[in-house]
Amino acid sequence: MAYQSMVYGFAFLPLCLAAYQIAPQKWRRRVLLGFSYLFFWLLSGKLIVYLLGTTVFVHCMGIWLDSIRSEKKKARRVLTFGILVLLGVLAYLKYYNFFVENVTGIFGNALPFTLAEKKILMPVGISFYTLQAIGYMADVYWGKIRAEEKLEKTALFLAFFPQIMEGPICRHSDTCDALYSGRPLEAENLTNGYIRIFWGLFKKKVIADRLAIGVDAIFGNYTSYSGFMVAFAAVAYTVQLYMEFSGCMDIIIGSGQLFGVTLPENFRQPFCAQSAAEFWRRWHITLGTWFKTYIFYPVSMSAPVKRWNQYGRKHFGKYVTMLGTSAMALFPVWLCNGLWHGARWSYIFYGMYYFTLILAGIAVEPVRDRILQVFHISERSVGLKFMRIAKTWLIIFTGELFFRADGLRAGIYMFRSMFRNFDLGNLTDGSLLELGMTKADLIAVVVGCVAVAVVGFIKERGTNVRISLDRKPVFMRWSFYYVLILAVIVIAAYGDGYQAVDMIYAGF
Amino acid sequence: MEKLMNILKEIDDSIDYEKEKALIDGRILDSFGVITLVSELEDAYGIEIGASEMTPDNFNSAEAIYNMVIRLQGN
Repeated sequence: MAYQSMVYGFAFLPLCLAAYQIAPQKWRRRVLLGFSYLFFWLLSGKLIVYLLGTTVFVHCMGIWLDSIRSEKKKARRVLTFGILVLLGVLAYLKYYNFFVENVTGIFGNALPFTLAEKKILMPVGISFYTLQAIGYMADVYWGKIRAEEKLEKTALFLAFFPQIMEGPICRHSDTCDALYSGRPLEAENLTNGYIRIFWGLFKKKVIADRLAIGVDAIFGNYTSYSGFMVAFAAVAYTVQLYMEFSGCMDIIIGSGQLFGVTLPENFRQPFCAQSAAEFWRRWHITLGTWFKTYIFYPVSMSAPVKRWNQYGRKHFGKYVTMLGTSAMALFPVWLCNGLWHGARWSYIFYGMYYFTLILAGIAVEPVRDRILQVFHISERSVGLKFMRIAKTWLIIFTGELFFRADGLRAGIYMFRSMFRNFDLGNLTDGSLLELGMTKADLIAVVVGCVAVAVVGFIKERGTNVRISLDRKPVFMRWSFYYVLILAVIVIAAYGDGYQAVDMIYAGF
Repeated sequence: MEKLMNILKEIDDSIDYEKEKALIDGRILDSFGVITLVSELEDAYGIEIGASEMTPDNFNSAEAIYNMVIRLQGN
């Protein structure tokens, strides 16, 4: 049962809402927990034991950490143990076969023991709830929060069904009050929540699922394509991924809103970013924040990096020191970012790609500032902004090409083939229609993208679209809502010729 | 406070630290600026700033930074 399915929106959610409302206030969090476990069980069956095991473990670790918070050394050892156990389970499930494949590939028969690949089933959402669980333990260790005394509260924090599959990765302080309060349902939350869900469905079903047809055709048979068609695949996949992931986030955040739970936003107009670093502050925000809070800052504040900082400033000056510090703190962040997405060399390459680009961005900053100064170019110049956004788009599209390609070798092949037989005429000569998409599909995609871009543009200018709509006359507001709902019903990619497309991020 | 202001000016003298109340939330000071600031503060005040202190609340304004420093000196 995916978030975009009819069963979720029109059976599971209404049933959960009804049960929640009927239940006495103190029972409501148990209702949410029951439905969360039902949701997880419907997705992962008996693999729910991993979630239950993690919950009990994290709950006990939280209480233990809370009880020894004044004994810093002991608490650090306990936290390390907790993190290693959680990461150990994740690493085994996610990377064991990757490890075996590479070790046997390198050493072959020289190994004194035999390593065989295993058929390992991974529960849905483990990469998300594991990070959330580690964050919870670290926050207790740092004294930012007190450990939950009731197991059902820890369980609900980790398993809340709207976010268990794809995040957003929440900190305990983000959601705990609303999750546990059992506040009654409110008409305003229900309306806004369902409208947000329909907006997400629009992005997913009208745009992403249609683009998936063309994207799969090219990436699935990449040796048959070159030039413009490969460039089109890179752009189309990036748009598909954005519409798909941000659309699912809309459904998830809307679902939380129905119960009065405000989940953190995961996207902030990423295509308006003027650099790779800024792009990652606008794309999958909660993952970036998690890495910043629990990897970047702890590494930056670690004794070796601090020692380097002091030594470097005395001997090499600020510039070199900052570059060194940045490299030391950013490397683990981007290695983890790549690995988090899965056990593939192309994902590791993807992480290193951004590590290199962001570090290069920091390195050239003084030169760039000097050039702007010499040529009297203002930082606020529209032309400069346009150039920077265009450069960032190129970086993003290239990165996503490697991310989606069927392995690193395929990614390199596709990247090189992009520069062969490049013909812009493919845009109009019917080549796109040979990918399985009809003219109507392409029109729906373009119109959908324009609608999303307009909303994004309004948000980028600082206007809250929902509040702005609330201020419009009822007739106008509901006309917009009905158009949105009709668009999802009438022009979404359902029926003959369309296959239900799985959520990409649920696979991570 | 004057000592702190000098450190802040060293990091970026284009920011009006006396008025600015959203150095982090407003993305005026980035992660690398914060790391440099932390090193400078540790050197200047003989304190140790751990990862748990890296919250926007502690770095959003000169006053917040100053309060954190005083608190850590007290510890």
